[in-house]
Amino acid sequence: MTTTQAEENNKRVPLMKTIRENRVAQGLLLISPANIYLFLLMVLPLLLVVVLSFLSRGTYGDVVFKFNPSNYTRLLDPIYGRILFYSLEVGIETTVLCILIGYPLAYYIARAPARQRSLLLFLILVPFWTNFIIRIYAWIMILRAGGFLDDVLQWAHITQGSLNLLYTPTAVMIGMIYEFLPFMILPLYSSLEKIEFSLLEAAADLGAPPWKVFLRVTLPLSVPGIIAGTILVFIPALGMFVIPDLMGGAKTILIGNVIRNQFLTARDWPFGAAASMILMVLTMVFTLYYTRKAGFGEDLLV
Amino acid sequence: MSEKKPPIWLRIYTIIAYLYIYIPILILIIFSFNTMKLNIRWEGFTLSWYSVLFRDQDIIQATQNTLIIAIISTLVATLVGTLAALAMQRYRFPGYAASETLMYIPIVIPEVVMGISLLVFFVMIHFTLGLVTITLAHIAFNIPFVTLVVRARLHGYDNAIDEAAMDLGANEMKTFWRVTLPTILPGVLSGAMLALTLSLDDYVITYFTAGPGSTTLPLRVFSMVRFMVTPEVNALSTLWVLTVFVVLLIGQIVQSRNS
Repeated sequence: MTTTQAEENNKRVPLMKTIRENRVAQGLLLISPANIYLFLLMVLPLLLVVVLSFLSRGTYGDVVFKFNPSNYTRLLDPIYGRILFYSLEVGIETTVLCILIGYPLAYYIARAPARQRSLLLFLILVPFWTNFIIRIYAWIMILRAGGFLDDVLQWAHITQGSLNLLYTPTAVMIGMIYEFLPFMILPLYSSLEKIEFSLLEAAADLGAPPWKVFLRVTLPLSVPGIIAGTILVFIPALGMFVIPDLMGGAKTILIGNVIRNQFLTARDWPFGAAASMILMVLTMVFTLYYTRKAGFGEDLLV
Repeated sequence: MSEKKPPIWLRIYTIIAYLYIYIPILILIIFSFNTMKLNIRWEGFTLSWYSVLFRDQDIIQATQNTLIIAIISTLVATLVGTLAALAMQRYRFPGYAASETLMYIPIVIPEVVMGISLLVFFVMIHFTLGLVTITLAHIAFNIPFVTLVVRARLHGYDNAIDEAAMDLGANEMKTFWRVTLPTILPGVLSGAMLALTLSLDDYVITYFTAGPGSTTLPLRVFSMVRFMVTPEVNALSTLWVLTVFVVLLIGQIVQSRNS
C-alpha cells in the first residue's frame, strides 16, 4: 500500500486507521491500562504519603493541613536512630547469611544431573510458595519454651532447662533467614546454572586449584545472581514487621514496626509517613547503587 | 554446569540444608494430629482438629474471601500485565522509560510502605475499606509481576513468525489469536500462577487495606498464631502446604510432559 492510499484511508476512518497503521499508537493503547492503573494505585498513594509526612497530627489522631517538618526532626531522636540502625543491621545480616547458606546449596543444585536438579529445585519451591506466616509459625513451635528444640536438647542431655529462644533477637534472625532463603537460592541458582562447565574445566586444565577456579571463574560469573538475590532479600527484610511482631520481644523493633504502629495504634499518620519516607529513600539509594553496578532485570526472574 | 561429582562435604551440606528446610514443616504437620490443646508436647493421635477446622465459620468465610480476591485480581492483572508486556517488548512509544520504571516500584518499595500508602489513599478518597479495596490493591502489586514474567517469555520471541502469518494473509487480529497468543501462553500462564500465589499469600498489603470487617486466610492465620495457638492452626497449615505441593507437582508433571 502506498503512502497516498494510506492517507486516503486515514481520512475515511480516522481513529481506527491511525491505530491500525501507527505502531506508536498501538503501543500506547496496550500500555495505557497498566500505566493508568499503576499511576492511580501506586504513584498517587506514594505522593500522598510524601505530602502527609509534612503535615501535622490533630488532637484525635486526625490529620491537620498545617506544614510541620518536625516529623523528620523527631526521627533524629536517638530512640529512632537506634531502631533504624538495628533495622539496617538485621537487613544486612539476613542478606549476608542467606548468601552464605544459600550459595553452596544453589551451587550443588546447579551442578546436579538434570533429573535430580528439577526435583531439588521443586523441593526449594514448595516452601517458597507456602504462606510465609505458616513458615514463621513452624519456627515458633520449634523455638518456644518447652518446644521441639528444647525437647531435643534436653533429651540429648546438652541443656537442662529451656533455652528461652523465642522472643529474642536470635529468634528474629532465625525467622528472617528461613523466610528469605528461597529468594536468595533461586536467583543464585539461575545464574550458576548458566555457567558453562567447560570454562571451569579449562581453568582446571590450566592448573588452577579448585578454590582458585571458584574465586576467579565461578564466583565472578555468579555476581548477577548475588545482586538479584540481595535485592529480593534486603528490601523486604529492611521493611519487615511481621517476624519481629511474632518472634521478637520488646527489644526487636524494626523501622517497619514503627511505621505500622504509627498508622494503626498510635495514630500519628504524619510521623508514620515521615518514617516511611526514610525507609523508602534507604531502599531506593540501595537499589540505585546496586543496579548501577550490574544489570537489573532477567536474573530477578526465575 | 553439571558433570563431575561434587565433593563429599557439599553433598553432606546439601542434605543438612534440606533437613533444615523441611524439619519445621514436618513438625508442623505432625503436630496437627496432636490431642493436646496447648500443643506443646505430643500426647496422642487425633484427626479432630481437622473437623474443628472444617466447622470453623471464620475460616470458611476467610477462605472464600481469599479465593474471590485472588481470582479476580489474577484475571485483571494477567490481562493488563500481558498487554503491557506486549507493548514494552514489541513497541516503542513516548514515555517508555517511565512505564518501565513504574513496573519496578513494587519490587523496590517495601511492602509496608505500599500498604500504608494505599491505606492513606483509600481513606482520603473516602473509599470504605473492605474486600473491594483489598482486590484493587492486589491488582496493583500483581500487574508488574505478570508483566515481568510475560516479558521474559517474549524476550526470545521471533517476530518473523508473525510476519510470516501476515504474509500468508492473516490480519493482525487473526495473527494475534492464532500465532502470538499460543506462543506466549506458557508465559502468560506462569505470570498468572505467580499473581495467584502472591495474592493468596499476601499478608502485609491486605492487612492495611482490609478494614475491620473483612478477613482473608493469611490475616486469620496471623491472628490465630498470635492469640490462640491450638493444633487447628497446624491443621490449616498442613492443608495449605499439601495444596501447594500438589499444585506444584501437577505443574511440574505437565511441564515435563510438554518438553
